[in-house]
Amino acid sequence: MQSFEFVRAQDASAAVAASARSNTAQQGASVRFVAGGTTLLDLMKLNVERPLQVVDINRLPLDKIEPLPDGGLKIGATVRNADLAHDPIVQRDYAVLSQALLAGASAQLRNMATTGGNLLQRTRCMYFRDTSMPCNKREPGTGCSAIGGANRTLAILGTSEYCIATNPSDMNVAMAVLEATIHVQGVKGVRSIPFTDFHVLPGNTPQRETVLEPGDLITHVTLPPAPPGSRSFYLKLRDRASYEFALASAAVVVTVADGKVARARMALGGVGTKPWRSTEAESLLTGQLVGDPAFRRAADAALRDAKPQSQNGFKVELAKRCLVYALKQATQSA
Amino acid sequence: MPATRQATLSVIGKAQPRVDGPLKVSGKAMYTSDHNFPGMLYAVPVCATIANGEVQKIDTNAAEKMPGVRAIFVRNTIGKLFRASEGVAFDAEMSHVDENRPPLEDDVVRYYGQYVALAVADTFERASAAADAVKVTYSSRPPNVEPRLAPETNQKVESERGDAAKAFDAAAVQLDQTYDLPPETHNPIELHASVAVWDGTAFTLYESTQGVVNHRNVLAQMLGVPKENVRVVSKFLGSGFGGKLFPWTQSALAAAAARQLGKPVKFVVSRRMMFQSVGHRPRVTQRIRLSATRDGKLTSLRQDWVNHTSILDDYKENCGEATPFMYSVPNLRVTSAQARRHVGPPTPMRGPGAVPGLWATESAMDELALKLGIDPVQLRLVNEPKIDEGLNIPFSSRHLKECLSTGAQKFGWEKRNPSVGSMKRDGLTLGWGMAACSWIAERFAFAASVELRDDGTARVSTATQDIGTGTYTILALLVSERLGLAVDKIEVALGDTRLPPGPLSGGSMVTASAVHAVTEAAAKAIDALLATAAKAHGSKFAGRKASELEYTNAMVHAKGESASSGMPFADLLRAGNLQSVSGAGSSQATFGSASKPKFSSHSFGAQFVEVTWQPEIARLRVSRVVTVIDAGRILNPLAGRNQIEGAVVMGIGMSLFEETSYDPRNGAPINSNLADYIVSSNADVPSLDVHFVEYPDTHLNELGARGIGEIGLAGVAAAIANAVYHATGVRVRELPIKIEDLIV
Repeated sequence: MQSFEFVRAQDASAAVAASARSNTAQQGASVRFVAGGTTLLDLMKLNVERPLQVVDINRLPLDKIEPLPDGGLKIGATVRNADLAHDPIVQRDYAVLSQALLAGASAQLRNMATTGGNLLQRTRCMYFRDTSMPCNKREPGTGCSAIGGANRTLAILGTSEYCIATNPSDMNVAMAVLEATIHVQGVKGVRSIPFTDFHVLPGNTPQRETVLEPGDLITHVTLPPAPPGSRSFYLKLRDRASYEFALASAAVVVTVADGKVARARMALGGVGTKPWRSTEAESLLTGQLVGDPAFRRAADAALRDAKPQSQNGFKVELAKRCLVYALKQATQSA
Repeated sequence: MPATRQATLSVIGKAQPRVDGPLKVSGKAMYTSDHNFPGMLYAVPVCATIANGEVQKIDTNAAEKMPGVRAIFVRNTIGKLFRASEGVAFDAEMSHVDENRPPLEDDVVRYYGQYVALAVADTFERASAAADAVKVTYSSRPPNVEPRLAPETNQKVESERGDAAKAFDAAAVQLDQTYDLPPETHNPIELHASVAVWDGTAFTLYESTQGVVNHRNVLAQMLGVPKENVRVVSKFLGSGFGGKLFPWTQSALAAAAARQLGKPVKFVVSRRMMFQSVGHRPRVTQRIRLSATRDGKLTSLRQDWVNHTSILDDYKENCGEATPFMYSVPNLRVTSAQARRHVGPPTPMRGPGAVPGLWATESAMDELALKLGIDPVQLRLVNEPKIDEGLNIPFSSRHLKECLSTGAQKFGWEKRNPSVGSMKRDGLTLGWGMAACSWIAERFAFAASVELRDDGTARVSTATQDIGTGTYTILALLVSERLGLAVDKIEVALGDTRLPPGPLSGGSMVTASAVHAVTEAAAKAIDALLATAAKAHGSKFAGRKASELEYTNAMVHAKGESASSGMPFADLLRAGNLQSVSGAGSSQATFGSASKPKFSSHSFGAQFVEVTWQPEIARLRVSRVVTVIDAGRILNPLAGRNQIEGAVVMGIGMSLFEETSYDPRNGAPINSNLADYIVSSNADVPSLDVHFVEYPDTHLNELGARGIGEIGLAGVAAAIANAVYHATGVRVRELPIKIEDLIV
């Protein structure tokens, strides 16, 4: 860990101004916001993140969950995961989000981790976290140690020859199917980013994980109203029963009418380099009779482009079973 | 003749909460890294980032100029460190270390994470930053961390009788399978730590060690000072699981840095280093060949194992520990071998040898039962031996058959449908499996002192230590039992080499070793007290003979008279103007003894497991475990149950989760943290049934107590693997059992 300056932002503009001086908003940023610190402080202790300045945004008024006039929900960036998971509106209208949050980490971590921070959660790839190893995400151009190394937990979708790191967030998978919008205040004012556009594929620049630029402060996330009659479900599969990142997870929001799927949103976690929404599987399932054959076809479509590594071939089938089971849970005796 | 007293047990065998519990829950218990001293410095090592090669250059310039940095030690500046000679006796002279090479002895790197330099600064953060700033240049060669093991060195026949090969070839039913166990890392929650204080002549070393006496003996040699100039203190441990039995290199480095700088030095091993440089259970591959008659009588048993070891040290994982006596079989051959890898030295981990060994042999017994069409419990019952056929001597006390039948009854085994995948509950497929287990029952040498004091309290002292298992409480119980003095009137002093020499906390042997020594010490203290009673002026028994006196519930009285007619211990001491009287006691070692024993002493047990299996999401969970243990008399049933439950939890991790992964290219234990090295969480552990069949084994000590720290782990892995087969039809012979093994 290296020495750094710690400052507390008095308002959002001050935070934006501080961050705007950073060289990048991605890996290697010289200025970092800290909220819960559950990712950032770990990585600083490991020398993976070496910011010169850390800007505390915990005092900013971004910790509210507010219903929107259109029936949607506004979630402040510093709302803690535990508060969000136990919010009665979230539990009623966005069950998949509550379930995903509670499947993540531990009670202690959920008490600290925030909504904005979770959007930016970094990969658990062991090579990213070990500065003695080559890693294109941490040090561009050094190579990917995970390809040919310990890659059992890593991604099979959206990978490149430069990086196969998994996006580890549970919350993100739910946000993907809820079609969240991320609201950012930056040097040029405020803007909103559809969830699917927020994370980027690694390609040959795996150090870049989102569309954020220096100065960008995530202020809140909005969710559209829950589709009438829809049901949602989150299933997380892992080795042990608790406190482990997903080997595969699935978030689904499904509306059934007359025994057929009227609307479906599906996303996978633990298998993609970003939260992996499959619009192809969604359209394939729409209009189909509820049941295993259609669910299985959708799952096959979602995993069609999977590229397993030496140790994670089982994730293809595991992710399919995960998605099929989640769809069954969301549609049974509806 | 020791003083007489009633033979009924008053506190032994009754549930006794930990006497050190209040200290622990209030944060007052001082663990090693809790020790701080004025002017203390912090040491953080520079760890090799190669596993095979040489250090070519160490550039310390930048690091030395950083704020608060006092020194960056390298090979030629740390001061002379010697090797410790091997003293194999398990007594006060014991001297053993698993990593024999002193730190920084040469420039060769033989495993990833080997310490190559040491940064010392005035804060931990500054020492860490300085260690990060040291630039090391290596010449590197590819390491050998190949997981497939073939015999390379030290092939040895461990036990042999009859002609196993011939019997196997002639047998009606044969089984020939290989079982693999990955390297496991101990991961006690308390990190290894050393705090070294040097006063110009002598060292005081605060250590997280399972053996203060051995640690003192080793460090005195490594530092080149007389033994009496080293004091090792270890008052509380956040467990060790074997990983803290023997000193690791951070201890010598902390002491050497303290000597060089003339300041106390604290060195806490990080979680990542815990996977590199403080031992692990080695990778083991075992080929098991069994043969039997059609009615299930074993005709041969062969076990050939290879364990990996480090480049310099010859560590043998004694997988054949339980094999020669577990079952009746006329033809047997057990062989061992090692294969060198570029890994840190292995070291004993809970149930060393027997736990990996029984994982293989008890899995094989299950596979044989399937081939024979015989119930797995029945197969074990029909092969029950009458004597230890390996040593040709009787068992001191063996009740495996009762463990098997009691366990089967408590589990409901008679309702088992042997057909794979046939049993269901709440939409889940059930798997039922079982295994037998065993662990050694021996003694280490043990010396203890008991003092009776004029404030009405007693003190028992010995230089063993409590690693979290309840030794403080057991010693209090032993003294309470002997003196008839309440447990809360007894002070227990442990974990300090200034006390009478006590043993390693290893092999589940401390309690069995303590019984005679502590009881004898208490009896001798009583003798001294009765002698005082017979002559002190203020004693109401002055002028009588000590032999006319006895004691009840800490009261001395005349024989045949009531206790209330007597005088309390404390009053007698004050009458004689004595602050205290004391007695010394000792037990002799059986473990490591050259003479052939008259009896084969082992604990036994049976473990029954239910797993649930959901093929549609490949989810496997352990839902029930019943354990029945034959470990002699249980002195404290709370601690006993706690030990077995903890071992079962560890067994669930061993079976389903735990594996240290070495990167094939640079040899790094790559999953070196508690998020990536998976152990059981609470959610993985169902309610656990534990039963003891209590047959006091008085060949070992007068109370008949054996050890309970390790046996609870010894059958779990095989029982789970056997249950997994019953649920899924997949026989997993390489631990841990992973989702990818079952997703077929």
